[in-house]
Amino acid sequence: MTGAYPRLRSLFRLAVLYLILSAFYGVPVYSESLTPEEIGLKIAQDTQARDQGFGNLTAQQTMTLRNKQGQESQRQLRVKILEVLEDGDKSLFVFDNPRDVQGTALLIHGHKDTSDDQWLYLPALKRVKRISSSNQSGSFMGSEFAYEDMSSPEVEKFTYMYLRDEPCGNLTCTVMERYPVNRKSSYSRQVIWQDKDALRAQKIEYYDRKNAHLKTLTLTGYKLYLDRYWRASEMTMVNHLTGKSTVITWTDYQFQTDLDNRDFTKTGLRRIR
Amino acid sequence: MLRSPLQVLTRAAWFLTMALGAQICAGSEIDHEVFGQVRFENRWYPENAAYPGQPDLASGIVLEPEFYFESVEGWSFTLIPFLRHDSADPDRSHADLREAYFLLLGEIGDGEWELRLGVDRVFWGVVESHHLVDIINQTDLIEHPDEEVELGQLMAHATWSGNFGAAELFILPHHRERTYPGRKGRLRSSLVVDDDHPSYESGAKEWHMDFAVRYSQNFGPFDIGVSFFDGTSRDPLLQPQVSEQRNGELVLVPHYEQIRQFGIDAQLTTDEWLFKLEAIHRADSQNLRYVEEDYAAFVVGAEYTFYSILGTAADFGVLGEWCYDERGKDATNIFDDDLLIGIRVAFNDTQNTEIFSSLLRDRDYSTSAFVIEFNRRISDQWSANLELFSLFNVEKKDTQFDPIRRDSFLEFRLNYNF
Repeated sequence: MTGAYPRLRSLFRLAVLYLILSAFYGVPVYSESLTPEEIGLKIAQDTQARDQGFGNLTAQQTMTLRNKQGQESQRQLRVKILEVLEDGDKSLFVFDNPRDVQGTALLIHGHKDTSDDQWLYLPALKRVKRISSSNQSGSFMGSEFAYEDMSSPEVEKFTYMYLRDEPCGNLTCTVMERYPVNRKSSYSRQVIWQDKDALRAQKIEYYDRKNAHLKTLTLTGYKLYLDRYWRASEMTMVNHLTGKSTVITWTDYQFQTDLDNRDFTKTGLRRIR
Repeated sequence: MLRSPLQVLTRAAWFLTMALGAQICAGSEIDHEVFGQVRFENRWYPENAAYPGQPDLASGIVLEPEFYFESVEGWSFTLIPFLRHDSADPDRSHADLREAYFLLLGEIGDGEWELRLGVDRVFWGVVESHHLVDIINQTDLIEHPDEEVELGQLMAHATWSGNFGAAELFILPHHRERTYPGRKGRLRSSLVVDDDHPSYESGAKEWHMDFAVRYSQNFGPFDIGVSFFDGTSRDPLLQPQVSEQRNGELVLVPHYEQIRQFGIDAQLTTDEWLFKLEAIHRADSQNLRYVEEDYAAFVVGAEYTFYSILGTAADFGVLGEWCYDERGKDATNIFDDDLLIGIRVAFNDTQNTEIFSSLLRDRDYSTSAFVIEFNRRISDQWSANLELFSLFNVEKKDTQFDPIRRDSFLEFRLNYNF
């Protein structure tokens, strides 16, 4: 046991050094000797580490779908997310509006290394239906968000490459590319801007398999919850090919509620309303 | 037409609703929600009726509200009455209590228990062609010949679930009779089914205590359920009898036997493929020739989906199922040896436009049933549905299809959701 102490001490020194450097250069600090791929991965890991420990959350989502002509339609749903440290997070989407899908629910058990498990609850038939999760590129509720845009961005789902730092509004952002590991993804790459203050995603550009700029997501109205977790209150996705857009407005964020595993099961799904 | 046990239940539910209402007014902490659906329907049968007095056009209105109450202590009560008025067939104008149950739940270790007391609907199964394993609820056949709609069932339903899966116990103290079209209704047999005076094998008649158990779990991409049922069959044998209540008319009297049934339902979900299986073994039931015959039956199927076809948002699915019943032509249902092929198109647009179409073909007789359904949202509140149900190549020998050979129909439904 005693042999471990010197190593601990040097780790401690490194940590202190990191903190001091952080104070000078802002977070994060990445060594010059790392490759762009390593820096990219490090940013993704740091982003995930920052968000770790939120436990669970509930929130309300209003989706406003706008077509090229400016016609709007709205969706309202409730979202519940359970953090799973050793695997992908579990999430539950319950639809309130439009009324014909009222009470319909989608349960997702996310996985880091394999396809997610998904079940759909159809209240009219009281039927819990296992559905395939390979529909990554499919539209979520007819919106400009694909299923893969809605799933939690686990580090393992992409490979990364750091590009540069540049100003973004009043902040400075790191810009990196990430490449989906899943071959079912409709994207060849995504370019993501994250501010250096708190690694909040500010903008994501999506490029399709032919490398055409397909969509842009802009995240605004960040609020801090529990002094630690930043969440955007508005997410705007613009599709450059169709001219359509979708705005997701998040309200009623609640962290560390009494949700647990039991609320994210097939039997729990039958109780949804 | 309300029957006495249902009347009792309706009254009980009414009483509970009033009691809950009173509590809410008294300021007790009970949350409540009201929502539901009103449907306006028109069904048109283009061919002339086989029997006198059957109209070609049936208009209907359906009211299905849902009342939900939840207390701060954690229990909830759900109430869903159902009311239909039909312009053509007085028997199709009917009321039902789809759901009226208390839900209680709690924790056991890592898992949980759940108790549902009252009238509820329970669905088991995975395939599309018909509900083979599903046995808890009676079919509200008069609603639609596809046997998808179910009547409420009185039950005590306990669930214990955890990492090991879910184990469920059902105690079913009351049996519901299947609903059949009346004399003026289309889609009826040549003899009218007298569903007001069924006969039962059990001396306790419809109050025989039935039991069922089920265990279900998923292992990665594999979902499986095994079930056992012991009690009154939901599928009646129709026996021709001279009816005293109907002045000596020859009618079909439903006879409900005591049966035992093992069931298994499973689905393997891979990327684009779904593989499905439902199988049962049923003991102590009679076949179409009124001879007692234990039997096995199964449905196997597969579904393949092409996602985002032709660069659009639409998904296109094709499915195939084979239904087999080892009794063959003596089977009491139409799925003795049938193939179903189907397509499903989900446009994934803002109107949630969907098309489902299937063709069912009997391998013994040439009888075929073709269905195409089109669904579309109109606004936040309104949605519409158009359906063609068509029978063709019906053989005279095919005694289950022959009486309804002229009853293909086109139906338009307009739904208001609130």
